[in-house]
Amino acid sequence: MKILVPIKRVVDYNVKVRVRRDGGGVETAGVKMSMNPFDEIAVEEALRLREKGIATEIVVASIGVPQAADTLRTALAMGADRAILVQSEESPEPLAVAKILKILVEREKPDLVILGKQAIDDDMNATGQMLAGLLDWPQATFASRVEKTGDGLAVTREVDGGSETLSLTLPAIVTADLRLNEPRYASLPNIMKAKKKPLETIAATDLGIGLTRRLTILSMAEPPTRKAGVRLASVAELVEKLRNEAKVI
Amino acid sequence: MTALVLLDAEDGTIPQTARSAIAAAASLGDIDLLVTGSSGAIDAAAASAAKIPGIRRVRTASGEAFAHGLAEPLAALLVALAPDYDHILAAATAIGKSTLPRAAALLDVQLIPDVMEVKDAETFVRPIFAGNVLVTLRSSDAKKLLTIRTSSFDPVPAEGGNTPIEAVTPPDYQEKSRFLSAEHSSTERPQLESARVIVSGGRGLQSAEGFRILEPLADRLGAAIGASRVAVDSGFVPNDYQVGQTGKIVAPDLYIACGISGAIQHLAGMKDSKVIVAINKDEDAPIFQVADYGLVGDLFQIVPALTAALG
Repeated sequence: MKILVPIKRVVDYNVKVRVRRDGGGVETAGVKMSMNPFDEIAVEEALRLREKGIATEIVVASIGVPQAADTLRTALAMGADRAILVQSEESPEPLAVAKILKILVEREKPDLVILGKQAIDDDMNATGQMLAGLLDWPQATFASRVEKTGDGLAVTREVDGGSETLSLTLPAIVTADLRLNEPRYASLPNIMKAKKKPLETIAATDLGIGLTRRLTILSMAEPPTRKAGVRLASVAELVEKLRNEAKVI
Repeated sequence: MTALVLLDAEDGTIPQTARSAIAAAASLGDIDLLVTGSSGAIDAAAASAAKIPGIRRVRTASGEAFAHGLAEPLAALLVALAPDYDHILAAATAIGKSTLPRAAALLDVQLIPDVMEVKDAETFVRPIFAGNVLVTLRSSDAKKLLTIRTSSFDPVPAEGGNTPIEAVTPPDYQEKSRFLSAEHSSTERPQLESARVIVSGGRGLQSAEGFRILEPLADRLGAAIGASRVAVDSGFVPNDYQVGQTGKIVAPDLYIACGISGAIQHLAGMKDSKVIVAINKDEDAPIFQVADYGLVGDLFQIVPALTAALG
């Protein structure tokens, strides 16, 4: 089985983002960038399927600025076999990303595409589902467990009331939730080895996909912050405040 | 203008989250509701939907394909009905988040997820970066597909309407995924998304057994129980308890955070609560920066004392 794992370079999850003064975006100058955490989980799952003898080749792909090559190298250091960078100056919206990925899928012919369930920058939670729709493939979002069955997959998903398990025919789309696995760290020898693994670069503009944004950003703002309240000395004081001041019990 | 709201129907009732999604459509013209389910369950669900006031019509689609909320047949159905509508909405629940993007791609529309405010028919506010930034977006798509952050909209009433019900014939659907089984957490408590009070626990509870100390307090307050990501990852409670950026987004009247440090991704899920109480032994825990009332100390003493004091 061949697996494609699309990954995104995002502002590191530890960074407290700030809106730029012009309100047109967030401050990214000098900010640490990393692989989207959910995408790390997707890469890890592909590696585990290869270690179980189910997957034979793992291709990682990213769409974005030239520096996204660093993120792809991280995935190669984790153990992916080769990488494709679709270079684009702007970060395209999920619909355009899904259209680009569809072209990569048609070219690479993977049996399975595993994606992170959402990117922690735009929190869209859409690309996997959109790609599944465009390809007319089955989808299992928010996966916490992936198992190979006869000629398909059994995927356990995290849903509102607990979890549920679906059976999918292949080829299929799976999006990774937090508890699917714990991603490995790349070892130094593997980081060195990753520098020699193949990384192909394609220009997004050569793919004939309209990259024009459908959603125009009118403004960005930080939400009103909550003010810290008061420290209380006792449980009795808390009960009194909840009853008589906040009136919530 | 006409809007279609896809409802999650549970056992013949319409959940509060779906009624919040309907509230978000209030300024978007006439509203139709779409109810789906197995042939056995559809009549009860449609009857519940028909009682919601202010709706033009309730449309139903039934069959085995719709019994478990699978995204593939639901998205195909939305695409088939889309020509009648300017806006298609659903609550940002597991079903809405799985289905709407798939339908949007098939309609060549860029979905707008997690809408917190409808400014006008094409302008919407949504959170990014775990809710640390709010972005106002204008869509240039002819049709708009939205999922709704339900904690941002007060639900419309469940009763008072008498809307006509009309069955639609779903498009042919070739099965691609199949429902095998579900493990639902059984609980007598209110659901997190609709609870008026939430008692929530984190790393400080130390174990699954330790976590149970929250139960008498929740019972006393009629509260739902939530958890931080650490508590879920450590196996104290099942995943559907998780409140946060990637868990449930809640805004109860009272949120009692016990042994929760207050990581950004947890705050993203609960900082719109009306009143926040923090109980933590670490007086520097970030949770105190958003809490209205803070108690520094050992939660294994404070929580039982609070439970007793409420008696």
